[in-house]
Amino acid sequence: MTTETTSGNKGLQQAEPLIFETGHATGTGVDLPAPKGGKYEKLGGLGRKAALELPGLSEPETMRHFVRLSQKNYAIDLGLFPLGSCTMKHNPRLNERAARFEGFADLHPLQPISTVQGALELMDELAHWLMTLTGMPAVALSPKAGAHGEFCGMLAIKAALEARGEATTRRRVLVPSSAHGTNPATAAAAGFTVDEIPARDDGRVHLDDVKAKLGPDVAAIMITNPNTCGLFEPEIKNIADAVHEAGGYFYCDGANYNAIVGKVRPGDLGVDAMHINLHKTFSTPHGGGGPGAGPTVLSAALAPFAPVPHIVKKPTSRELREHAEGTQAFGRMCAFHGQMGMFTRALTYMMSHGSDGLRQVSEDAVLNANYLLARLKPHFNAPFGERPCMHEVLLDDSSIKPKGVETIDMAKALLDEGYHPFTTYFPLVVHGAMLIEPTETEPKRELDRFADVMIALAERVNAGEVEFFKQAPKLAPMRRLDDTRAARSPKLRWKPEANSAAKQAAE
Amino acid sequence: MTTRYTKDHEWVRLDGDVATVGISTYAAEQLGDVVYAELPAVGASFAQGADMAVVESAKTASDVYAPISGEVVDANAEIKGENWQIINDAPQGDGWFVKLKIANKAEFDALMDEAAYADYVKGL
Repeated sequence: MTTETTSGNKGLQQAEPLIFETGHATGTGVDLPAPKGGKYEKLGGLGRKAALELPGLSEPETMRHFVRLSQKNYAIDLGLFPLGSCTMKHNPRLNERAARFEGFADLHPLQPISTVQGALELMDELAHWLMTLTGMPAVALSPKAGAHGEFCGMLAIKAALEARGEATTRRRVLVPSSAHGTNPATAAAAGFTVDEIPARDDGRVHLDDVKAKLGPDVAAIMITNPNTCGLFEPEIKNIADAVHEAGGYFYCDGANYNAIVGKVRPGDLGVDAMHINLHKTFSTPHGGGGPGAGPTVLSAALAPFAPVPHIVKKPTSRELREHAEGTQAFGRMCAFHGQMGMFTRALTYMMSHGSDGLRQVSEDAVLNANYLLARLKPHFNAPFGERPCMHEVLLDDSSIKPKGVETIDMAKALLDEGYHPFTTYFPLVVHGAMLIEPTETEPKRELDRFADVMIALAERVNAGEVEFFKQAPKLAPMRRLDDTRAARSPKLRWKPEANSAAKQAAE
Repeated sequence: MTTRYTKDHEWVRLDGDVATVGISTYAAEQLGDVVYAELPAVGASFAQGADMAVVESAKTASDVYAPISGEVVDANAEIKGENWQIINDAPQGDGWFVKLKIANKAEFDALMDEAAYADYVKGL
């Protein structure tokens, strides 16, 4: 039970209002001398007429505000982060050290090429590792996130179709219903029409279903492997062959690459383009911890269309080809060359693990997921649990829903137990999905602790403690939020008139 | 008037050559509280199975397919006025989506009737 306090704080957990609510018009962190001859003398009548309504705070107040907010954040550095399909793994501090070397950290993208040879060598080396691991002949480093990488791949496919004179006839992209939502969105954004391959009961994409959809108007298929049900697609090579035979390309969503690094080379599966989330598989931070990076590997068929910049090796140096003229490059994905800081971290991760270490990473990630599956299976329904999973455990709420507890209630109860919840209601093909990805980061004792919590919650469901779940979270800074009302009438901006306390402070 | 259903959980009720279309009670329950819906414009035409509308809940977003070919002659003003709750309150009544002037009654006759749909849902 929680005790209401006068301050609103709980123990040493500080309640923290919005900065606009604590700020006051007279507060400031810096005292500047008054301007000579009146405030707005030189502004020609353009001086401020009314208060700016910025929150005035002293330096210690400002410091406390942001530190308190940071303490409300849940992070991989605090504990297990079981968010499925997100690969929330530990970010080794060695990566951070390398990223802060001044030769990498203090570069400007416009400084002379002769002064950034080390950075270019690092990018080239990273490209080499990515191409070797995936068995693909080219990579575009510049995409800045997974979906951006998808977009890069689909634009390369579009450029290849244009070069074949089939850009206007091949407009359809096949996407299984288990796909990440970004796949159909990317295809649509690249100007294709999306055709869904319906799900089957075993959670896999079937060759027959793909063949039934193939035709002379198909541009590509987009498949995630391992898929969002945590399963490896066993027919993937035959699907790739069938798509190629029909004149289409195969985009592979690499979001789940962590399960197969060093075990399977996507190039051997017939993949034409695949993005690699450096911020997932190769441990550069994400989830509020830093920008993403989604380099996209390309097959021989798509390599000529790779976006600029290209790193060009000269006898004694490296150069960046910055313009597409004279090449078949489809253009460029962003200003400059991508997320240098992430390249440094990812290469550090690769080199510190070595190729054998990277293989063990994926083996341990799969082992951890299967250990959790084995422990949780007796207590929850595991839709495809009769077989081993890859890197993530898929449960659903079909065994607890008849007792009055749904996936969202389980997620909220986990908050009280001190865990970031698993991914809820995804993949869409499984009703009430709970998708758990422990990654290789967790030692057995952490997996056991989490499994114990999940099992204890299942026992509470069996004991009929429905109210316990409907009331959760009780211990989190905020109680259960009204998702529906938030979505139906969202407040997207703080307004002074909506808050009387701030108004009083301003007065 | 008979109501017929699709495997994608749309219902259709036929009155002369005008079909009223919405999502089934089962679909509305699965979605949970609807927070957004997008209806097609009056005058738009759809082939059977084409993407016709979108419905979104806190859990998920789904396409609504034309259960039958036809031209939109009316779209529910309540939904257009952002009364999403009506879809949860009366999915097979006041929460209808559109009225279609149909082209081919055979498409209607081939859909599942009440009993067949109830069996279909039971098997899910």
